[in-house]
Amino acid sequence: MTTTLRHADRIATSRGARRIRNVVASVLIGLGTLVVLVPLFLIFWYLLSRGLGAIDLDFFTRSPAPPGEAGGGLLNAIVGTFMLLIIASLIGVTIGIGGGIFLAEFPRHRLVPLVRLVSDVLSGIPAIVLGLVAYGLIVVTTRQFSAWAGGVALGLLMIPIVVRTTEEVLKLVPTSVREAGLSLGLPQWRVTLSIVLPAATSGIVTGVMLAVARVAGEAAPLLFTALGNNLLNLDPSKPVSALPLSIYVFATSAYPEQQRLAIAGALVLILIIFVASLVARVATRRR
Amino acid sequence: MNPILRARQVNIYYGDKRAVRDIDLDIAPNTVNALIGPSGCGKTTFLRALNRMHDLTPGARVEGTITLDGEDIYGDVDPVSIRRRIGMVFQKPNPFPTMTVLDNVVAGLKLAGIRDRGTLLEVAERSLRQAALWDEVKDRLNTPATGLSGGQQQRLCIARALSVEPEILLMDEPTSALDPQSTARIEDLMSDLKKDVTIIIVTHNMHQAARVSDTTSFFLIGDLVEHGPTDQIFTNPRDERTESYVTGRFG
Repeated sequence: MTTTLRHADRIATSRGARRIRNVVASVLIGLGTLVVLVPLFLIFWYLLSRGLGAIDLDFFTRSPAPPGEAGGGLLNAIVGTFMLLIIASLIGVTIGIGGGIFLAEFPRHRLVPLVRLVSDVLSGIPAIVLGLVAYGLIVVTTRQFSAWAGGVALGLLMIPIVVRTTEEVLKLVPTSVREAGLSLGLPQWRVTLSIVLPAATSGIVTGVMLAVARVAGEAAPLLFTALGNNLLNLDPSKPVSALPLSIYVFATSAYPEQQRLAIAGALVLILIIFVASLVARVATRRR
Repeated sequence: MNPILRARQVNIYYGDKRAVRDIDLDIAPNTVNALIGPSGCGKTTFLRALNRMHDLTPGARVEGTITLDGEDIYGDVDPVSIRRRIGMVFQKPNPFPTMTVLDNVVAGLKLAGIRDRGTLLEVAERSLRQAALWDEVKDRLNTPATGLSGGQQQRLCIARALSVEPEILLMDEPTSALDPQSTARIEDLMSDLKKDVTIIIVTHNMHQAARVSDTTSFFLIGDLVEHGPTDQIFTNPRDERTESYVTGRFG
């Protein structure tokens, strides 16, 4: 009898202690979450409070006014950013997904270690160095700063990110699904393309958006490739502006009008990435 | 009767480790053949060698000869064409996750380039009827296959394997993830199917082997201990180890 009572007592006290530990742990986790979220909200708050007022119709429809004059917008940079991202995606997404498929689906191939090494090294190269590569490859040979050169620099930057996520996501597709495809007498490329890849689409799209978001904010590799352009340009073989470039130039300007454009540009850049991610996610959501 | 499948001195290695030793086995056409034995005895390893599934496993190696209608499947032949003739049903139901019921059944034809909708529907119905699933899914052919129950999914996988009209169907513990009712349905299926296809089934369940198979092969730590008519293996085994196993003394 006494032992049962003691046992019950012990359960009661340990229940009390457990409750306290639970509260302490919950508070710590809550604080940790707060610490992570606070900088994000501070950035949002700063950009919204300063940038929202600076965005008007002119911002989207006009290029910057000459220094010291009022008005003007960042149409040139918005268009340039889209142009650069499209060129970069053509390179980064195709090569990146191809590389990811190769690593995940042909693990016994003898070139796999080499491809993995190249991808890993590429992901460790600073963005500005990739800018130099594009400068050497394209700007020097064509004697012309251009959207092509900027797009190539950003594309190189995207490749390892897309490779990595594609490989990871493909590896999540169960082996048994591949085996089922092969056991039907389908060649491996067909199984990969029509069975494995569709099963991994939403993950791959997330990876691509991650890569796009990552390079959309790059200014350094564009400095000596896309160069920047104060006028609207639709020709990819000519210099173009980009939002990060405009932000970089205008944020340190002495003219309040240009500082205003820089803040608004930062806000729009974040919104573009946010909306693009959202659209991609909704579009590929599993039915 | 001439065997449809013949294995001679088959050895299978994972790296340096020999998982299956010197297997000789003949399989007659239009029969159900059970491979039984305790876990790790090599029966699944052997089964997967029969349609070259080990080609995908890093480090796995198959030696010896396996012939299908006299043709060496490890000879100068495309593994894809071998797998077309020797289908497989796996331990866990594995429908293609992004496809509908219909697309799953006809995937083997559709992805091989057959586009004619009439043909595909015809094959789908025939295969689903063969797998005793038609009545349950005929009204939901265009819904996702992942919405079916486990037992239905497994019969869908059987229908999918049958759609390309293989000569041999390999079944790797096809009912081990299913409830007794679904198991019974799939067991009933097998005796119906054998007029069209030769079945080789790996099972942990001795009662299942006794119920469904014509011949039984008993594997033990990589050796084929005994092979013979199922009746004889279960009532009058020649080998002492077979007797201990089938009477439930180990395993």
